[in-house]
Amino acid sequence: MMAAPSFPGIPLAPLEGAVPAWRAKVDAAQWRTACETVARTGGRLAALWASEDMVRALLVLHEGLVCLELHATEYPDISDLFACAGRMQRAAFDLAGVRATGALDTRRWLRHAAWSESEFPLRRDFALPSGTPSDNGYEFVRVEGEGVHEIPVGPVHAGTIEPGHFRFSIVGEKVLRLEERLGYKHKGIEKRFESMTLEEGARLAGRVSGDSTVAYAWAYAMALEGMTGTRPSGRALLVRALLLERERIANHLGDLGYLGNDCALSFGFAQFWRLKEEVLRENARLFGHRYLMDCIVPGGVDCDVDAAGITALNDEALRLKDEVRELRSIYYNHAGLQDRCITTGRLAPDTAARLGVVGLAARASGHAIDARAYPAFAPYDRLQPKVASHRNGDVAARIVVRFEEIFESLRLQRSIVRMIGEGALKVALVPAREGSFGLGWVEGWRGEVLVALEAGAAGRIRRCHPHDPSWQNWPALEHAVIGNIVPDFPLINKSFNLSYAGADL
Amino acid sequence: MTIGKILLKIARTGILSEPPPATDAALRQVSGRLSDEVLKRLGRALAIRLVDAGSCNGCELEIHAMNSPYYNLEGLGIKFVASPRHADLLLVTGPVSRNMEEALRRTYDATPEPKLVVAIGDCGCDGGVFGEGYASRGRIANVIPVDVAVPGCPPPPEAILQGILTAVAVLERSTA
Repeated sequence: MMAAPSFPGIPLAPLEGAVPAWRAKVDAAQWRTACETVARTGGRLAALWASEDMVRALLVLHEGLVCLELHATEYPDISDLFACAGRMQRAAFDLAGVRATGALDTRRWLRHAAWSESEFPLRRDFALPSGTPSDNGYEFVRVEGEGVHEIPVGPVHAGTIEPGHFRFSIVGEKVLRLEERLGYKHKGIEKRFESMTLEEGARLAGRVSGDSTVAYAWAYAMALEGMTGTRPSGRALLVRALLLERERIANHLGDLGYLGNDCALSFGFAQFWRLKEEVLRENARLFGHRYLMDCIVPGGVDCDVDAAGITALNDEALRLKDEVRELRSIYYNHAGLQDRCITTGRLAPDTAARLGVVGLAARASGHAIDARAYPAFAPYDRLQPKVASHRNGDVAARIVVRFEEIFESLRLQRSIVRMIGEGALKVALVPAREGSFGLGWVEGWRGEVLVALEAGAAGRIRRCHPHDPSWQNWPALEHAVIGNIVPDFPLINKSFNLSYAGADL
Repeated sequence: MTIGKILLKIARTGILSEPPPATDAALRQVSGRLSDEVLKRLGRALAIRLVDAGSCNGCELEIHAMNSPYYNLEGLGIKFVASPRHADLLLVTGPVSRNMEEALRRTYDATPEPKLVVAIGDCGCDGGVFGEGYASRGRIANVIPVDVAVPGCPPPPEAILQGILTAVAVLERSTA
């Protein structure tokens, strides 16, 4: 394990598990000092969440993850240090009633009208509400000036998209400001976890955001295995990486199809969705599920790949590489498509850094953040993935990164199947002690997925917080769209392709 | 140059569409709500509006996949439309979150009669892994009337298509 990071006066306790991580019990002053130190030295905030009487912040440092724990019902605001903390702090108050003092924006976030201002669902004394009144009166920021008007969109959108509300303030067809109002899909996942055993929770974790089911199932398993000291076999870890790369390939193919479609190149949609469908069918044939749901279980995997499967995967990889190359050449040389994508929806590298953007969107804006490369959780330490990145931060850059990542995932798939050796597919889970705590950190196709898990009595879940990269990246979309024309919004939105379900919980 | 490559690729790819699935009366939640005459008309030009009422987005993945060239939706006369006011059928995924409950009801009210509702996925059918709770109303039928319910987590495109075709199929005399 790496050397522990140093916070003067704050003792860090190492956490067992697949990624370098520490936890620290802090008081309010130390909470603030630690965050200031991390912000000043180029670290970032990965997640923030609360329980009835505690708030936690997960910080990413050069050395690994540090989880700060503050037992209190109030804590100092850190949204001035990490812009992405704003919505997380608002959600933490809505759910647990733990308040950030000194925060500028204290509007509700996940709470609409299903429960009242003085009720907090994650508290033990919370009573089930009856009926759902209309949700009115959310205070959007108003943009004023001559010729400025608003376009409200959603929650039910025009396409096959998840629900959310977008409030555009525009002049002519130019966007002056976009404000997102999310939380429509909030269905109480964190409370649901608390009614489950640690093993049952895996299935729910795989359904926080269906398009990232592999990443979530792995992060959950990693947290549970870490806290119990369970070690999955090398074989199981390689199969997990194979599944994670296949999830990346399938999602990137789908996105590239839709990005073509949004530029009126329906040829691109038909071709990429043909390829995606073929990958999904191969998933169903080899692993038993088109999206690989429930294939990763705590202790290992619930699927396997045999010699015939390896041959099929290698054949598929060769075929896909040729097909995607051919389509890439068409996308890169198609004047109409390039004209729509270059300079559109630009997220500048410094804005991305300020907002704490992660994953694919960060890599397209000059930040080579990828948990597969660093901290390189096993088996990626043996696979040495190449991180794709681009500096332009526009729609075109996010297309380029997707193409490069497909090729890299295909290369990784070939390496993985070559390395798969003997070993148990699943080992028995060591029982968890009450109060033990574990973290999972996995680079899904959209970005880093984190799971923080705390055991209760008798193998049950006391608290589970799944964290989607969309928390960090939704605010970036608000910035990327400024100065663009309204008709380009669907294209810009698609180029980020963020999860509503994952961040609404 | 590019257009040449595109045309060549289209010619080489050929036609991939597969035959549609047969209908399955077991998916019906109610029978004979709409007359045969209405169903016959809808069945040949069906406008669908999707409402995601709180899913994990897994069901949406399969609804997108249904638009791939393997499933010849437009050839069957099925089209996704941008507004409930243009729709004959609502395809609804769930569970219904309380924060989406009113939006779902309003969307249903905005859809002109005669209309059909197909609930998609285990969560749409019975609340699934999310169940009912402080923020979830569970199955779609707890909020709006459902004609056909398609189980699965998520149901594959053929199953969703089968549910849609079952909703517009004219009932057999024996069950009517």
